[in-house]
Amino acid sequence: MLREGEVRIPSGCAISGIMNKKGEVFSGHDIIQSIALMHDRSNGLGGGFAAYGIYPDFPDHYAFHLFYESAEAKEKTETYLNMLFHIAESGKIPTRRVPSVKNAPLAWRYFAKPKPDALFEDESEDELVVRAVMYINAHFSGSFVVSSGKNMGAFKGVGYPEEMGEYFRLEEYKGYIWTAHGRFPTNTPGWWGGAHPFTLLDWSIVHNGEISSYGANRRFLEMFGYKLTMQTDTEAITYAFDLLLRKQNIPLDIAIATLAAPFWRDIERMSLEKQTLYKAVRTVYGNLLLNGPFSIILGSNKGIVALNDRLKLRSLVAATQADVLYIASEESAIREICPEPEKIWAPRGGEPVIGLFEEGGIQK
Amino acid sequence: MTISMSTPDFLIERDRDRCIKCQVCVRQCANEAHFWDEEEQKVKANDALCVDCHRCVTYCPTHALTIRKYPLEFRENANWTASTIKAIYRQAETGGILLTGMGNDRPYPIFWDHLLLNASQVTNPSIDPLREPMELKTFLGRKPDQLKVEDGRLVEEIPPQLELEVPIMFSAMSYGSISLNAIKSLAAAAERVGIMYNTGEGGLHKDLYKYGKNTIVQVASGRFGVHPEYLQAGAAIEIKIGQGAKPGIGGHLPGEKVGLEVSQTRMIPEGTDAISPAPHHDIYSIEDLSQLIYSLKEATQYQKPVSVKIAAVHNIAAIASGIARAGADIIAIDGFRGGTGAAPLRTRDNVGIPIELALAAVDSRLREEGIRNQVSLVVGGSIRNSADVVKAIALGADAVYIATAALISLGCHLCQKCNTGKCNWGIATQNPQLVKRLNPEIGAERAANLIMAWEHEIKELLGGMGINAVESLRGNRLMLRGVGLSDRELNILGVLPAGE
Repeated sequence: MLREGEVRIPSGCAISGIMNKKGEVFSGHDIIQSIALMHDRSNGLGGGFAAYGIYPDFPDHYAFHLFYESAEAKEKTETYLNMLFHIAESGKIPTRRVPSVKNAPLAWRYFAKPKPDALFEDESEDELVVRAVMYINAHFSGSFVVSSGKNMGAFKGVGYPEEMGEYFRLEEYKGYIWTAHGRFPTNTPGWWGGAHPFTLLDWSIVHNGEISSYGANRRFLEMFGYKLTMQTDTEAITYAFDLLLRKQNIPLDIAIATLAAPFWRDIERMSLEKQTLYKAVRTVYGNLLLNGPFSIILGSNKGIVALNDRLKLRSLVAATQADVLYIASEESAIREICPEPEKIWAPRGGEPVIGLFEEGGIQK
Repeated sequence: MTISMSTPDFLIERDRDRCIKCQVCVRQCANEAHFWDEEEQKVKANDALCVDCHRCVTYCPTHALTIRKYPLEFRENANWTASTIKAIYRQAETGGILLTGMGNDRPYPIFWDHLLLNASQVTNPSIDPLREPMELKTFLGRKPDQLKVEDGRLVEEIPPQLELEVPIMFSAMSYGSISLNAIKSLAAAAERVGIMYNTGEGGLHKDLYKYGKNTIVQVASGRFGVHPEYLQAGAAIEIKIGQGAKPGIGGHLPGEKVGLEVSQTRMIPEGTDAISPAPHHDIYSIEDLSQLIYSLKEATQYQKPVSVKIAAVHNIAAIASGIARAGADIIAIDGFRGGTGAAPLRTRDNVGIPIELALAAVDSRLREEGIRNQVSLVVGGSIRNSADVVKAIALGADAVYIATAALISLGCHLCQKCNTGKCNWGIATQNPQLVKRLNPEIGAERAANLIMAWEHEIKELLGGMGINAVESLRGNRLMLRGVGLSDRELNILGVLPAGE
């Protein structure tokens, strides 16, 4: 049977996210409880988490999480990593035995800084990391980069999300952002790399939906050097954000207007200046518009953004309580851990929920 | 003189019980296939003159007329077909090149009919265009790699774009090859539905300047009717290098079609032949093309996108890449089934490649080179219906050109005799008696109806795929599957076989 990446597998899903906007850290207990409530939205073929602020001892090192299917894959990959990076510390990611979790690959992590002479001319450290991630995933069979950002990490695999949380002992970590994903693939993904979240640098995406624009999005991104090895929507969405926000320095609101573009009928009612801008966005980035149902949570060290497709074809609920922003596929998954939030709402299609540390607040 | 061996192509059958001898057929047929026999007081026919254009059939008030294929058959021969034999008789009589009109009619594979579209089931919802917005707005022109936005404002303007409400345009047809009423019909229809029509190489008649914002003005090898006001008049300029029906050869409008108005519009003496050379004599290579592109941009202050139209030929991907790098904002590719007002038969039927393969190859090549967004791709030759439009966009086209379909909407019956100038439907003719048969107001309504009908159908097809904006279909080859195609063909088209 072909495994994920060789074949495209649509999925239904559950997503959940929690962020403390003051940057105070809390354990993985709540996010596991929240995503576990939506057990029936996944089918045991994929679950995962992204956590930010979990490596305060290495805040400036790139934290590589890797999956290995063989000792040989590990050896080859480590030789490559050592060529490009100074590794400050490495070791097995702690796990515990969970009876239902089977066929787990070896999970290893490295805290690394790029060697200055490994950088190409004009290449930033981030770009080197992206290059290394693309290279490992494309060239080292049996190796897969799960995450590669600073002070963050992704934990995922084949199983229900709560099983993954238990397996990776997430209640022992403390972070200021947690996102989670439970997957309902329509096909057997076959390996752990295919589970979500999908990450690149410190971007992570958990996503529920099946975008019908995937083929158009993919071919546009490929023009900018991205190699889409997973054939998943989540991968394409992650790269779209990376292209717009990191590579091209597009403001966040414009990046959002690219992926969930306002309708022409709404653009027609804008001021002339805004019309010019949004018209240009749709003209230049039309191929990045995400079409079809989706709800996503984008995580980064700056904060989170939750977004629905512009028709709101997938459920998404947000809530706030004191300094904490909650987002989930279902209201019940929020009330499970925060029974009486101060504010709870269903964001409209294409209307983002943005939680940023720097701006010091949650914008609706 | 020896007897002609040519036999009729069609048989005119007249039901004598129904015929009321009104002679409308006699008056309608510019080919003079019907005539009134004074002696016998009967309408009679000369089958040899019939072109099967259905004008008489449509106008006969008692439905007395039927046109059939002439039943005379040569002895069966799979190699020497009737059309091959008859062509030799004609050439033996005349010693000339065989001429024809409209597009290639040979039974080559039609790849559109081997491509199937996707639809949503369960995992994502289809979208109902009657309930939800369904957006087809399309921009043609050069797109930068990225926008520069500061403080919520666009700080660098993007290059000029053509804005289309539907990703369909009327392809180039010159005044001379078709009648003024036909052009007026298309221009008014384009204005009504928010698309473009194209002047072809015949210049712009003074009555048509008011449709400027819906006009693409063409600059072809004969440079007919090209002057500063003309270049400024349109929304975009198109350099015509080649045409799908006759790649590699020029054009010839015979002097008898160059009446006063055509002569004034084309800026040539009345009654003289208008000959477009095969190449532009100032473009013998790609860098020459670049010079013309920038000359036209200079002449119009960089306010209008410049398109380059080429015929789909074997090395199309590399040629298109060169044109993109030469500074074109739009590349229009015309497939080997594209129509024509007149072309040598052997060229029309044997030169060029199918547009489906050309489009797929060009889109893939431009993407591999990372320059796909620098140009818009427009394809034509031949787009027959809305499903072809959707498939073309999924293969990678930004928009399509239609000409044959547009003329059919005006009444063309594809008799392939455009070159004779005797078009009974008032389309491919300059004979004032025939031209006035086409009422431009009715023509505009019919052509606009066609675009609106296709627009509705495209929206239905998009909604079924779970897509509500055409840009999400553009280049989205996952929405296509191939049937009955070889691995190699699937590979070129970049689509998976059905079932995979």
